[in-house]
Amino acid sequence: MTEHLPVLQVALPLVAAPLCVLLRNRHAARGLAVLVSWLALAIACTLLSQVQDVGVISYKLGGWAPPLGIEYRIDLLNAYVLVLVASIGAVVFPFGFGTPEQGLREGQQHLYYAALLLCLCGLLGITITGDAFNVFVFLEIASLSSYTLISLGRSRRALTAGFSYLILGSIGGTFILLGIGMLYMMTGSLNIADMAEQLPLVSGTRTVWMAFAFMVIGTSIKLAVFPLHQWLPNAYSYAPGVVSAFLSATATKVSYYVLARIIFTLFGAAFVFETMGLQRLLMPLSVLAMFLGSAAAIYQRDLKRLLAYSSIAQIGYMTLGLSFANVSGLTGGIAHLFNHALMKGGLFLVVAGIVYRIGSSKIEDMRGIGRSMPLTLAAFVIGGLSLIGVPGTVGFISKWYLVLAALEAGSMLIAFMILASSLLAVVYVWRVVEVLYFPAEQDPSSELKDPPWSMLIPSFLLIGATIWFGLQTDLTAGVAGDAARMLLEVAE
Amino acid sequence: MSETVGLWNYWAVIALMMIGLYIVMARDNLVKKMMGLSIFQVAAIMFYVSMGKVTGGTAPILPPGPDHTVLYDPAILYSNPLPHVLMLTAIVVGVATTALGLSIVVRIYEAYGTVEEDEIVVLDGEQP
Repeated sequence: MTEHLPVLQVALPLVAAPLCVLLRNRHAARGLAVLVSWLALAIACTLLSQVQDVGVISYKLGGWAPPLGIEYRIDLLNAYVLVLVASIGAVVFPFGFGTPEQGLREGQQHLYYAALLLCLCGLLGITITGDAFNVFVFLEIASLSSYTLISLGRSRRALTAGFSYLILGSIGGTFILLGIGMLYMMTGSLNIADMAEQLPLVSGTRTVWMAFAFMVIGTSIKLAVFPLHQWLPNAYSYAPGVVSAFLSATATKVSYYVLARIIFTLFGAAFVFETMGLQRLLMPLSVLAMFLGSAAAIYQRDLKRLLAYSSIAQIGYMTLGLSFANVSGLTGGIAHLFNHALMKGGLFLVVAGIVYRIGSSKIEDMRGIGRSMPLTLAAFVIGGLSLIGVPGTVGFISKWYLVLAALEAGSMLIAFMILASSLLAVVYVWRVVEVLYFPAEQDPSSELKDPPWSMLIPSFLLIGATIWFGLQTDLTAGVAGDAARMLLEVAE
Repeated sequence: MSETVGLWNYWAVIALMMIGLYIVMARDNLVKKMMGLSIFQVAAIMFYVSMGKVTGGTAPILPPGPDHTVLYDPAILYSNPLPHVLMLTAIVVGVATTALGLSIVVRIYEAYGTVEEDEIVVLDGEQP
C-alpha cells in the first residue's frame, strides 16, 4: 500500500472529480471533495516523512522502468511543495461548510467541486511527476480547471478575466510544450533526470538555448513574473473568494517550483546563470515587481485587487531569491513560497468572509466594520503584518534569508531595496486596517457580526500558521534550506 | 541555402505560430481570438509531428507474423512514433481549450451582448 502512495496522491482527486459530477448533489460533492483533500494531505505528509527518512522516492507508473516509462520522482523539494498544496486544499475546501457557495447558480455546485478537485489533481501532478511531458499534461489539467473556476465569479467581469487568463495561459502552456519538444529532439528522452544527464553534452546548441527560452518564458507567464503578470489582478479579483484563496496560494507556487526545477535540475545552475545569464534579467525584473506591485496595491480600491497586486510583489521576492543562485537566496525563495501561500491564502479567506457578510469587496464599503467583526479584523492584521515581514511572522523568516543572500552576493543595494519595498507593504496594509478599524460614522443599528465559524476556522488555521511557522522554522526554513542545498548540490 | 530549404518544416511552423499569435493580439473579436489561439497550438502540434519523421522512414507499424506475433526487420527504417503519440494528448488539450474558451465567449455574449473586446471595455467602464 505505502509503495503506491505517489500515484494515489494524484489518482484520488482525479477519480473523485468525475464522481462529484455523478453525485449531482452539492452536499455529497462537497463532502467528497473535503474528504479527498484531507486524504491527499495525509498522503503528502507521509511522502515528506518518507523522503526525509530514506531519500528520493522513484515510482514507476504501470511498472515501466524510466526513462521509457513515466516516473514519479519525489525528492525533498517536491515533497515540500506537495505538503503545501495539499494542506491549502485541505483548509480551503471546507471553507464555509454549511453556507451556500458564493456566486454559483443553483444546481451547478457539484460541478464547481469537480473543477476544484481537478485543479488540485493537476497541481499535485505537476509537482510529483519526473516526466517532462507529464508536467505539460498536468499543467493543462490545472490550467483548464482554473479558467473555469475563475469565470464562475459573481461579476460578469469574471468571464473576461477568465478568458484573458485562458489566452495567456494557453500561450504559456504551448511555449512549455515547444520547449519540451526541442529538448526531446536533442536528448531523445522525456524523463527529467535522464534529460538532465544528457543536456551538458549538447548545451552549446541553439536548439537547447531556444528550449530554455521557451520553457522559462512559458513558466514565467504562469508564475506571473513581472511584466508577464497582466492576467493575475483581474483573475484574482473577480474569481469567487475561495477560488482566489486556493489559486493564489497554490497555482503560482507550483509554477515557481517548475521554474526552479527547470533551472536547477534540468539545465543546471552553471548553464542557466553562467552561459545564459538569467540573473541579469530576472534580478531587475524581480526588484521592479517588488516595487511596482506594492505601489499599485496602494492605489487599489478593491481589497481583493489590492491583495492580487501584493501577490505580484511577493512573487518578485520569490524570483529574487532564485536569481541569487546561492543557498540563502534559494532558501529564502522556497521558504517564501510556503510562507506567502499561508498568508495570502489566509487573507483571501478573510476577505471571502467579509464579502459573505457585506456583499462587496470594495474597501470603501468596509468602513468601520472591524468594530463589529473583531475576529476578522484580528486575522487581517496578523496576515498583513506577515506580508510586511514583522519579526515573529513567517514573512520575516523569508525576508531575513533574502537580505542575507543579498549581503552574501555583495549587493547592499538589493538588500536595501528588499527593506524599502517592505515599507510600501506597510502603507497598503495600514490603509486597509485604518478603514476597517476607524469608522467615519458608526451606524449603531448595524447588525454586522463575524462570519460563521465554518469560515473563521479555516481563515484562522492559515493565519495562525503564519505565526506558528514564524516561530517554529523547522519545516519552512529547515526543509527549504535542505532543498536549496540539494538543488545547488552543496554539501551541508 | 540548406538552412532555408532543408528546414522548411520549421519555417512553416514559425509562420503558423506567428499568424496565430498575430490574430490573438490584433483581433478584437473574441471568437477570432480563440481561432488564432487554435492556430497557434496547431503550430506546436505540427512541430512535433514533423520532428518524428525520419528521412526515408516508413510508418512505424510492425507487420503481423504467425501466432499473434509481430515481425521486426531491422533493415526497415521507421519514423519515430513517440512525438505523434504525444500529440494525441496535445490535440485533446487543444480541443478542450478551444471548447472551454468558446463556451466562456458564449457566456460573455449573454452577459454583455457583444463579443467585441473594445465594446466590452467600454461597457466595463460604464458600469463597474
